[in-house]
Amino acid sequence: MTATGTFTPRPGAAPLGRMIRAQAALETRMLLRNGEQLLLTVVIPTLLLALFSTVDIVDTGDGAAVDFLAPGVLALAVMSTAFTGQAIATGFERRYGVLKRLGSTPLPRWALMTAKTCSVLVTEVLQIVLLTVIAFALGWSPHGNPLAVLLLLVLGTAAFSGLGLLMAGTLRAEATLAAANLVFLLLLVGGGVIVPLSKFPDAAQTVLGLLPISALSGGLRSVLQDGAGVPWADLGVLAVWSVLGLGAAARFFRWE
Amino acid sequence: MHSVLPGEPRTPGEEPAVTVRGLVKKYGAKTAVDGLDLTVARGGVTAVLGPNGAGKTTTIETCEGYRRPDAGTVRVLGLDPVADSAALRPRIGVMLQSGGIYAGARAGEMLRHVAALHAHPLDPAALTERLGLGDCGRTPYRRLSGGQQQRLSLAMAVVGRPELVFLDEPTAGLDPQARRATWELVRELRADGVTVVLTTHYMEEAEQLADDVAIVDGGRVVAQGSPEELCRGGAENTLRFTGRPGLDLASLLKALPAGSAAGEPVPGSYRVDGTVDPQLLATVTAWCAQHGVMPDRITVERHTLEDVFLELTGKELRP
Repeated sequence: MTATGTFTPRPGAAPLGRMIRAQAALETRMLLRNGEQLLLTVVIPTLLLALFSTVDIVDTGDGAAVDFLAPGVLALAVMSTAFTGQAIATGFERRYGVLKRLGSTPLPRWALMTAKTCSVLVTEVLQIVLLTVIAFALGWSPHGNPLAVLLLLVLGTAAFSGLGLLMAGTLRAEATLAAANLVFLLLLVGGGVIVPLSKFPDAAQTVLGLLPISALSGGLRSVLQDGAGVPWADLGVLAVWSVLGLGAAARFFRWE
Repeated sequence: MHSVLPGEPRTPGEEPAVTVRGLVKKYGAKTAVDGLDLTVARGGVTAVLGPNGAGKTTTIETCEGYRRPDAGTVRVLGLDPVADSAALRPRIGVMLQSGGIYAGARAGEMLRHVAALHAHPLDPAALTERLGLGDCGRTPYRRLSGGQQQRLSLAMAVVGRPELVFLDEPTAGLDPQARRATWELVRELRADGVTVVLTTHYMEEAEQLADDVAIVDGGRVVAQGSPEELCRGGAENTLRFTGRPGLDLASLLKALPAGSAAGEPVPGSYRVDGTVDPQLLATVTAWCAQHGVMPDRITVERHTLEDVFLELTGKELRP
């Protein structure tokens, strides 16, 4: 065999920025192409917002139902992408050896996680734009400080990402699939997303109020519905969950 | 005992592509690799051959930086695969035994992605064409046939123009056409100066491709050398000839070197087992001349790599 020069070695890593962009774009495409993921991240939040805003099933207190529901559904959107979607996708990437295979490319692990976060944020922006447009169409009139909202969304994403990655990195893929969906459902019901926490008994309210979803939906609601200032208590709860979740994920995540 | 010739550098003084010394790797109570030594010269094809569970994949994955050695040292392109991972990863190409691709990714998309992680990649479209995957660019990975998945995985290993590629059973489960296409690619990599380390169960593959073969069993390298050296090194070659039935083999045995054997499995058909070299051939023909026998159809059977392999690793089935 004579040399053709096609494969003559010329190794080298692409610039970090290009690697992260390529990885984030690929992860986002995988997510948007996946029907089950879209059901979770787009269809369910949209349906809940439209349905409960127009049909009076749940007592959402005084004022327009959409003013109560929109912040809750935004919190749900963050949870669906950062926690449920990311846990399931990452769990199967681990199971199919994708994380392992990427581990021998020039892409560093921290850059892979950065790209995953970028992909989650891009998806969230798309979700928030869609849900905001629908909410406005339903007569939503939000108040409050946009920066407080942004802070809540970012800390909520961090908290849910940590928990999602912890699950994906420690459980079998099938167990992650089942558990992530179950947790999604339980937190949807018990986290103040569409059912006000005040509907639960007092003792339960205290515990439920410490859940990341309750802190996020409660914090968003206090700003967007009531025009309150920065909800430090809710941000504090989210910060604790972020530290615990990301810390445990960093400690226990297994790549294979 | 076989001559153990560790891969000598093709260019004297050049540092080997891979040096493994005293590698030990345990999984719980099970010792997967047990004091393994391996040297891979630059610029050739080295086949790591061994039965299931011999420690091939563990050794390769330690070289790739996936496993941390429990004992021993591993140097790949002069680097520690774990500590110097960031410097090493761009320079190597990896083909895992299975998986490694997003279930929802399209074939072309995954290859383009791996290309995008490198500074000077090959053209992914030309590579898919080259590997007969041109028509599956838009096919989701999970819908590719087993052979197509293997070839995509191979393409991912070479697209970044690495100096050294590790191929873990690159042709397992391939049909003969796809296997030959893979062999062609490996030969082309070699011709272009890429060092190739591959594991395989197929003796023919090692004979066809490898400059150097390391036979691994029980977590150690039990023999290493070129396929020719390994086959020649095996003392057990066979000389056959036909002649008048019922010759007195006892006198032949006396003339042969110690350790040789002679027999007449079928009347008139003789075999001599031993180190079949020109001297032995001369001894046998001289003995025939002495006894007035015209030896018809003299053949020397060179032992295949498979014979050597079975001799070294035993014939019992592995779990």
